[in-house]
Amino acid sequence: MAVFVNGVIFDGIDTSAQDCWKLEAYVARGGYQALRRIIESKMAQEDVIAEVKNSGLRGRGGAGFPTGLKWSFMPRSFPGDKYVVCNTDEGEPGTFKDRDILRFNPHALIEGMIIAGYAMGTKAGYNYIHGEIFEEYELFEAALDEARQAGFLGNNILGSDFSFDLFAHHGYGAYICGEETALLESLEGKKGQPRFKPPFPASFGLYGKPTTINNTESFASVPFIIRDGAAKFLEAGKPNNGGTKLFSVSGHVNRPGNYEIPLGTPFSVLLEMAGGMRDGKKLKAVIPGGSSAPILPGDVMMQCTMDYDSIAKAGSMLGSGAVIVMNEDVCMVKALERLAYFYHEESCGQCTPCREGTGWLYKVIHRIAQGEGRPGDLELLDSVGNNMAGRTICALADAAVFPVRSFTKHFRNEFEYLIEHKKPLVDHKWC
Amino acid sequence: MLSAQSLAAIDREVAKYPADQKRSAVMGALRIALVERREAGKTPEERCLNTEVIEFVANYLQIPPVAAYEVATFYNMYDMKPVGQYKITVCTNLPCALSGGVNAAEYISKKLGIAIGETSADGKYTLLEGECMGACGDAPVLLVNNHKMCSFMTPEAIDKKLAELN
Amino acid sequence: MLEIEIDGKKLTVPQGSTVMDAAHSVGTYIPHFCYHKKLSIAANCRMCLVEVEKAPKPLPACATPVTDGMKVHTHSDMAKKAQAGVMEFLLINHPLDCPICDQGGECQLQDLAVGYGNSSSRYQEEKRSVVGKDMGPLVSAEEMSRCIHCTRCVRFTEEIGGFQEIGMANRSEFSEIMPYLGKTVNSEISGNVIDLCPVGALTSKPFRYSTRAWELSRRKSVSPHDGLGSNLVVQVKSNEVMRVLPLENEAINECWIADRDRFSYEGLNSAERLQKPMIKFDGKWHETDWETALAYVVKGLNGVSADHGKDAIGFLTSPHSTTEELYLAQKLARAFGVNNIDYRLRRSDFSADAAQQGAQWLGSSIAELTAAKSILVVGSTQRKEQPLLASHLRQAVKKGSALNVIHVAGDTLLTAVNAKLIVSPLALVNALAQVLKAVVEIKSAQTAVDLAAVVVGAEAQAIAASLTGAESAAIVLGNVAQHHPAFAQLLKLAQEISALTGARFGLLAEAANSTGAELVGALPHRAAFGAAATAGLNAAAMIAAPRKAYFLLNTEVEFDSYNPQAAVAAMKQAATVIALTAYKGAGLLDYADVLLPIAPFSETAGSFVNMEGKLQSFNGVVRPLGETRPAWKVLRVLGNMLGLTGFEQNSAEEVRAELLAKGSIESAFNNALGDVAINAAVTTGLVRIGEVPLYQADAICRRAQSLQQTADATAPVARAHSSLLARLNVAAGKEGLLRQGSGELKVLVEADDSLPADTVRLATAHPLTVGLGGMFDSIELTQG
Repeated sequence: MAVFVNGVIFDGIDTSAQDCWKLEAYVARGGYQALRRIIESKMAQEDVIAEVKNSGLRGRGGAGFPTGLKWSFMPRSFPGDKYVVCNTDEGEPGTFKDRDILRFNPHALIEGMIIAGYAMGTKAGYNYIHGEIFEEYELFEAALDEARQAGFLGNNILGSDFSFDLFAHHGYGAYICGEETALLESLEGKKGQPRFKPPFPASFGLYGKPTTINNTESFASVPFIIRDGAAKFLEAGKPNNGGTKLFSVSGHVNRPGNYEIPLGTPFSVLLEMAGGMRDGKKLKAVIPGGSSAPILPGDVMMQCTMDYDSIAKAGSMLGSGAVIVMNEDVCMVKALERLAYFYHEESCGQCTPCREGTGWLYKVIHRIAQGEGRPGDLELLDSVGNNMAGRTICALADAAVFPVRSFTKHFRNEFEYLIEHKKPLVDHKWC
Repeated sequence: MLSAQSLAAIDREVAKYPADQKRSAVMGALRIALVERREAGKTPEERCLNTEVIEFVANYLQIPPVAAYEVATFYNMYDMKPVGQYKITVCTNLPCALSGGVNAAEYISKKLGIAIGETSADGKYTLLEGECMGACGDAPVLLVNNHKMCSFMTPEAIDKKLAELN
Repeated sequence: MLEIEIDGKKLTVPQGSTVMDAAHSVGTYIPHFCYHKKLSIAANCRMCLVEVEKAPKPLPACATPVTDGMKVHTHSDMAKKAQAGVMEFLLINHPLDCPICDQGGECQLQDLAVGYGNSSSRYQEEKRSVVGKDMGPLVSAEEMSRCIHCTRCVRFTEEIGGFQEIGMANRSEFSEIMPYLGKTVNSEISGNVIDLCPVGALTSKPFRYSTRAWELSRRKSVSPHDGLGSNLVVQVKSNEVMRVLPLENEAINECWIADRDRFSYEGLNSAERLQKPMIKFDGKWHETDWETALAYVVKGLNGVSADHGKDAIGFLTSPHSTTEELYLAQKLARAFGVNNIDYRLRRSDFSADAAQQGAQWLGSSIAELTAAKSILVVGSTQRKEQPLLASHLRQAVKKGSALNVIHVAGDTLLTAVNAKLIVSPLALVNALAQVLKAVVEIKSAQTAVDLAAVVVGAEAQAIAASLTGAESAAIVLGNVAQHHPAFAQLLKLAQEISALTGARFGLLAEAANSTGAELVGALPHRAAFGAAATAGLNAAAMIAAPRKAYFLLNTEVEFDSYNPQAAVAAMKQAATVIALTAYKGAGLLDYADVLLPIAPFSETAGSFVNMEGKLQSFNGVVRPLGETRPAWKVLRVLGNMLGLTGFEQNSAEEVRAELLAKGSIESAFNNALGDVAINAAVTTGLVRIGEVPLYQADAICRRAQSLQQTADATAPVARAHSSLLARLNVAAGKEGLLRQGSGELKVLVEADDSLPADTVRLATAHPLTVGLGGMFDSIELTQG
């Protein structure tokens, strides 16, 4: 299910059409015009970057870092190899937007990456694709072949002296590879263990070369920005929150799916678009930005608009735009237990606090959920979390701690009840 | 150890990367090796990766065997344990659970008579619980043999899929 | 330079320093586990978290670059909380088995837990247990539950060992350190992971459960094996060597030692140690006292001398003996009137003796060698001859040096090689001549060597370009070159190339004291510090023209000679074979008639001169075993009993003072040769490549049980190129028949296409192959 309003990435697309992903269909929608214009007008690299800066596009992977600014960090004049890398390792529970981009509109991503390659003076790019969406990986490879054959990729693109090639690389089951330096390690054929920064990828990235990594959605937004102009993209959102954003709505709604809407749209409107609460149940809680974002009670969420600033003000983060909706039947201890299990499974294992801490957190929460909680367990969780967050190479430890903190803060009574009475306050039903 | 077809596929992976970075192809090469073993293997033991094939891949790519082993054990889609002809991995992570992921896993478990993590006695099915597949909107989702994603797996859809596999 | 303040102390550090570097430079200790100065930075243990002003969270000192004006607090609340938090995480799954852990008393985790841990644990869940791993006979990985995943061992094998043999498999808290399943860790320097492991996960297998660390006394010593001269800490309990560890010496062994240096101590405690003098009569061995034995020796020497003349006596010595021993041995021989003395038992070419102008050595310091921008190693199976130096060379390559190789086998060096020329031993001179010719052409220079018939190949061209294009260069000759029948020509060619390129040139000294033996004149043509000597027979000549009496100092000729077949035959025909030895080896028991127990390096004072000419003295670390005596004392007493003058020394130090007074070490070395005729024509024929196995190099390591169980100690097999096997109609994977001279041997034959055509590679110096002949002589191979 995908509904697109005022689309940028899904501009004019009919996702029900079998061949909507193909080059021909993309070109018919105005695809590759941006690239053609850049090349034919010999647009200056800095002008491309300026346009992206002016669009207000912020990284769609979760951190929301301004994309144009990131591109400007790339040492364009560096004489050796440099790379652009796309992060389609989408595995943050609740996030499923990039899969739709790959299967419905892969050429938008390809064109965006070619433009990025042009703007930053790189000759090669890689798209790292989540292992579990292998069919989309194969489809993306087919799209790359189309682009190569049409002369959009390879040597002397569209007869210019600009050459760029793009390859697909698949993951094979590791959430951590969504972290950009883990992704680079994985792309190099190693375990996906994040690197200590500095140095940052802009100076020491893939194979030790300058590298720019962006999210799928970020790259896929670029052709629109260049073709229709930064202003038009910016106008689609609100100040400091330029453009549209894909929101992946999952959980207890009638129509889970991706919704491309302007940033700043009220949550209540998004909920309505997704068909409202399933079976007319009451909204209990929402995780607004993927499993790593702090959970917010339903009533708080109903006051929020869907943009970086509003969600941050409410105490959570927009993250990757994954909106997980939960109804009144969910026992928050059970829900947290499942997330804690996930982070325990997915810790890469290198940093002590994360390797040991994710296991500890899970075991304590699991014990509480089993009715074997002990007085002091909540304080223990808090303290263990404090020893993890901000003490590791990457943010996975923080991601594991945020849900624990927010669940035990907003729904503390459920935890206390279970510890005291050895049975849950809410008669838990997943669905 | 691997077929000419698999080696050609590995060579195509190798060609994606700079000449001195063959190591980058290890994930693709292990995947190709696994697919060949799954298709050729007659028993659960023959369908998973083993030390011989990992070492072969490592030598093919000129990397230390232990480095390839690290990769094979780090990424959880590589089958390192005996596996059925059809490996069914159901996502039970939170967003999927809210739309029937856990129920789907329980349904399959009951239907096949195997617990999560087990392989049926006839070596036909292995049922696993998976982590986020990036398709939460299609929940319940499951993967058959890593690469085939099945969406909206209600009990009826599961029945149909299992009948198809049978 | 950057300014930084650590705990209020202001200092300046160079650009690129980390906070850890800066802290070390002012003596501030920051707790750590994964950090190691010689390894890449992992920043994974998180123990070194410190507070940096303006940073919102604590930062790891090991990985955080210093920025100008940075203010660091290592003991602030934030830092202490972070460190205590990490310590708690490290301990939650760590077993409480310190009382039975081998690391107890020298465990970094134990030590730091005292300072940063709590007395009781908040962790009430079940502890993780990890199954043990098999890493081979040297490194124990039985208790992997103790592992704290610092990955020092992983990084060591990859970065210093040159090949990743240990990995961290799985992920999350299920991460496990392991070798590749079913494989052992085979690096020649693997034991260093034991020192690197901050906990009791990786421990020494031979040492396990033998004693507690605090019961050991630590004594300094020097390795008696290869020519590097690694510095050792020998740990002793109840007059027994229990363990050997590296003593850090940045200029020589850094903080590492090779496995041979570390584990050969087991040979010191071998049951084969000779503890009393023994004499053979009526075909049987009898233990006796020193007086009787020495009288027997004196009688034997005087008897042969009277009956056949002094020239009927030969002294064969060992480059593993101390400088003092070798000095006294040559002094004794010469004072007695015997000029036949040599330490070079494995050499086959002595044609340059007359042309020699000084003691032979590396030609530079070790540091200068590894700093050279272009290095050419000629005839060296580097990793098996000089295991730790080979690792230094790998580091040199990492720092940008070009490593070039001319050798007889294409073994992997575990590093990038700029150019390599792998040829039959019969073409080794030609190979080096090609390089000389290419250098002459590049430099548009002249050489006296006739190179008209030499054809320069691409690899030789690349080597020449590397040597001439580098701002500093070095050419070194390894064991294979030194033992080679055309050694003199190889050295002369190196000298010619050096003259045109400015490269340093010299020898990778085979043994701990080869250079010392050169210096003190344990040679037939030179006495101490090059003093003139009445020419005697060299080692090969003493075998080729057998003597009536042999005086063996610390040598087993069947393992230590170029041609063991001939050497053993020479011993057997002699009227008397006098052996000063630490072991009653089977060979000596067979061909000797008197055995005098002498002290190995651990039981005597002495000194070794390493390949770079550095004299390193040491004291005995334990008392001599049984009635063993230091060899210098035995030689001195023999001098007295033979009625010779100049044998009044009361200590090894006195011997050393006497020899050092004879000249200056610095000016004694000179690798330059006078005239040596070069014949670069390539002859054809099937020849043997007969190298000394890593753990057969000397008497001590031959008897180290654990080393003898390693992959490097597996029984020799004959290897040959598959095309040769096809031509000879010999099947690979089956036994073949090898013949040299009167000896033949059935041994497994394997195909190895990295070898040059027309060569058979079969180790010498091994019980299996002692019946065969010369190391690089012709050989026959049939299916048999």
